[in-house]
Amino acid sequence: MDFTLVAAQFLNGLQLGVLLFLLAAGLTLVFGIMDCVNLAHGSLYMVGAFVCATVTLATGSFLLGVLAALPATFAIGVLVEVLVIRHLYQRDHLDQVLATFGLILVFDTLVHLIWGPEGLSFPLPQSLNGQVVLPGNVVFPVYRLLIIAGGLAVALAMWIVITRTRTGMLVRAGASNPRLVNALGINIRALFTLVFGAGAALAGLAGLLIAPITEASIGMGNEILIVAFVVIIIGGIGSVRGAFIAAIIVGLIDTLGRSFLDGAMKLVLSNQAAETAAPAVSAMLIYILMAAILYFRPQGLFPPRVR
Amino acid sequence: MARPDSDSDSTRARLRRASRNPRTLAGAFAFALLAMAPALTGWLDEPFYLDLATRILILAIAAASLNLILGYGGMISFGHSAYLGIGAYAVGIPAYYGEYSAAFQLPLALGASALFAFVTGLVSLRTRGVYFIMITLAFAQMIYFAFVSIEEYGGDDGLVIDLRSEMGGIADLESGVQLYYAALTSLVLVTYLVRRVVRSRFGLVLRGSRDNDGRMQALGFNTFRYRLACYVLAGMIAGLAGWLLGNFTNFISPEMMDWTRSGELIFMVVLGGAGSALGPLFGAAAFILLEEFLSGFSIYWPLGFGLILILVVLFYRGGLDGLLDRGARTTRSTGPSNPSSREPERCSTDPAA
Repeated sequence: MDFTLVAAQFLNGLQLGVLLFLLAAGLTLVFGIMDCVNLAHGSLYMVGAFVCATVTLATGSFLLGVLAALPATFAIGVLVEVLVIRHLYQRDHLDQVLATFGLILVFDTLVHLIWGPEGLSFPLPQSLNGQVVLPGNVVFPVYRLLIIAGGLAVALAMWIVITRTRTGMLVRAGASNPRLVNALGINIRALFTLVFGAGAALAGLAGLLIAPITEASIGMGNEILIVAFVVIIIGGIGSVRGAFIAAIIVGLIDTLGRSFLDGAMKLVLSNQAAETAAPAVSAMLIYILMAAILYFRPQGLFPPRVR
Repeated sequence: MARPDSDSDSTRARLRRASRNPRTLAGAFAFALLAMAPALTGWLDEPFYLDLATRILILAIAAASLNLILGYGGMISFGHSAYLGIGAYAVGIPAYYGEYSAAFQLPLALGASALFAFVTGLVSLRTRGVYFIMITLAFAQMIYFAFVSIEEYGGDDGLVIDLRSEMGGIADLESGVQLYYAALTSLVLVTYLVRRVVRSRFGLVLRGSRDNDGRMQALGFNTFRYRLACYVLAGMIAGLAGWLLGNFTNFISPEMMDWTRSGELIFMVVLGGAGSALGPLFGAAAFILLEEFLSGFSIYWPLGFGLILILVVLFYRGGLDGLLDRGARTTRSTGPSNPSSREPERCSTDPAA
């Protein structure tokens, strides 16, 4: 186990963590403010990837793809909020789960209808396709580094918006007492719609960022959505700060576990036993972590103080 | 069904009342139809319909198990397909090693499900509301990924089960008809068991905990233990359904425990009417028939399916069983048994909790 490999895997874990944060932030905001579970959040991730892929392939510019996909996912988020989600705020969680599960089927099928059953992949522009040599001789792809930087920038921007601006103040106020905010003359419905759209755009951003590495494919959001759930459970549902820390932890543990667990297990087990058990255990690692944290802190690491 | 029959009722009066209750009639009709289904499909020479009916029965058992915790216990488990998978792998893995005896496989299916339910229940039942939904979801995903990454048992591709469980002369499951009757017998037993459990003191504590956990605790009940016991029982019933499913499909893959399967089970329970004895059967039948019907039209059938799901939630409450209930409402005075009509369950981050 040499240093460069560990460092590269560490950065990979960070990159996964940042993506998970983008996805989890919208989820935890929507839950924290509107008390609503949204299973269809992963669908926006998928839509972001597909729109970006289509525009990039048509125009040849990844930047245009990004600029098209962000407003598109925002608009779709607003549409979904107005048509479906809005009517679920006063319902119990079972209804929310079922209706948003229905939304997943609708989104997956619509994407199938529009883009066909095959995935959509597109190449990165030349400028982003290279490798950089970081201090310590660590070779790392430029694009993955860009994802980390972009994600951290978005996290910082969110923190500033939520804690330092009037909109952020209203969001926080709406989270602790929506009726009072409404009575003070703030259009809380519009605020909710805005937050939902912003969460959708963040999910879309996560999807379009990963699309050049993997590809845009149907159902791509459904698997990562569960990991995003694990993130917000560990972080404490409703807490953006908790989501950020938990996302980084989960990203690192998942990536490092998959890379190094078999080596670690070979120290205590026979080679063959380690080879068999390591993939299964590393796949379960984040869930075991979640269970362990919940056993001691049933409300996650950073439960929001006011609800 | 929430109203306990008083002892002063004469049997005849009860029967007379039951014969006027649309729900009882529908139930009797459904079971009579199910008992005759193999004869009907044999006469029509349509073995496909027998397969369809077997699938309905197996999923009805799984839905009945989910109904026990969701409908009566108020625990919205989004990981119920894990037990279907565990039960099915309890057929597949022994068969992989040449062990086909049901006397070994069935206890393995029930025991492994009970163990998984117990361990995950210890953690997940400490939480409520949305946390519970997401944690059960995550645990099911954990077992899903565990089986995906075990290459020995086929990983993603799954395992083919070359022979069905050997019942030692009681039944020959290789025969579709006998497998069907095994599933039907199981469903009848499970429905009876759930009914008994729900009406017992245990069930009363469970329902009390669903409606007001704090009050039940104040009365001195350790509701956590009751809920955990119920959760384990439900897991075992779903494990039984998984055992039947493995035998029915002759194939097992992690795809069976995909989280969308759990969502479908919840839909069946809600479609049939959560917290009703026959709801799961109606829900499973409606779900499978709807799926069969829609998929006949176009490969894009999930679109219609999803839209129906959304519309059912937005505009229609109480499930199919509630429809029958409306006919019986005049003779009954019980409160709503559907959890969706209760006060919205607040998340446990509530400072008061």
